[in-house]
Amino acid sequence: MKILYFAWVRERTGRAEEDIDVPADVATVGELIGWLKSRGPEFEHAFTDAAVIRAAIDRIHVKHDARLAGAGEIAFFPPMTGG
Amino acid sequence: MAVSIQREDFDAAAESAALRAGGGDIGAIVAFTGICRSDNGRLAALELDAYPEMAQAEIARIVEEARSRWPLEAVRVIHRYGRIAPGENIVLVLTASSHRQAAFEAAEFLMDYLKTRAPFWKKEHLADAAGNWVEARQIDEAAAERWAAGGKKSA
Repeated sequence: MKILYFAWVRERTGRAEEDIDVPADVATVGELIGWLKSRGPEFEHAFTDAAVIRAAIDRIHVKHDARLAGAGEIAFFPPMTGG
Repeated sequence: MAVSIQREDFDAAAESAALRAGGGDIGAIVAFTGICRSDNGRLAALELDAYPEMAQAEIARIVEEARSRWPLEAVRVIHRYGRIAPGENIVLVLTASSHRQAAFEAAEFLMDYLKTRAPFWKKEHLADAAGNWVEARQIDEAAAERWAAGGKKSA
């Protein structure tokens, strides 16, 4: 599964994107965040306040209860500040 | 193409002329240009981080939503990313309609939705200090939410 990180989520995790094999029992975006946090202090730091983190599956905004089944590209980022 | 996500600058007047030349029963064009402020010299530059592929898709969805709500003849949106200096353009929204109200309202709707839903993030590079990511503002969320009931502006 391809995972992308943007803005301060990218800075804190120290990477812009990666391909990882997610355990089969990680079923939702929220569960993926929990699993990512277990990978190390940089992920713990990036996802400390998980409620503020936004997510997109295949370039569409989703909530944390969205299911990962069939997802190709998951992105994590802070609230948007464009315009 | 109605939506462009690009590093390069744009020419708002040329884009407006192109929209007019594109045909349709256009009686009104509203143009909004968002520009990088200096905040009285505090800001050296903005760095706009972007998820360009999603920004393209998300803004296209917002444009479709606007077209479903107002009778628009044409829409053009350009959003830049990368390093942008004070005084430079950031975003352009052009809406064209037969009568002015649709163009005014759709332009405001597009900007309100774009600010809270298009994947861009501003980092400020200060003239005399390290950079900081700009915090999302509740007022921008509120501006977008007032359109959520499916109707027009209620505020």
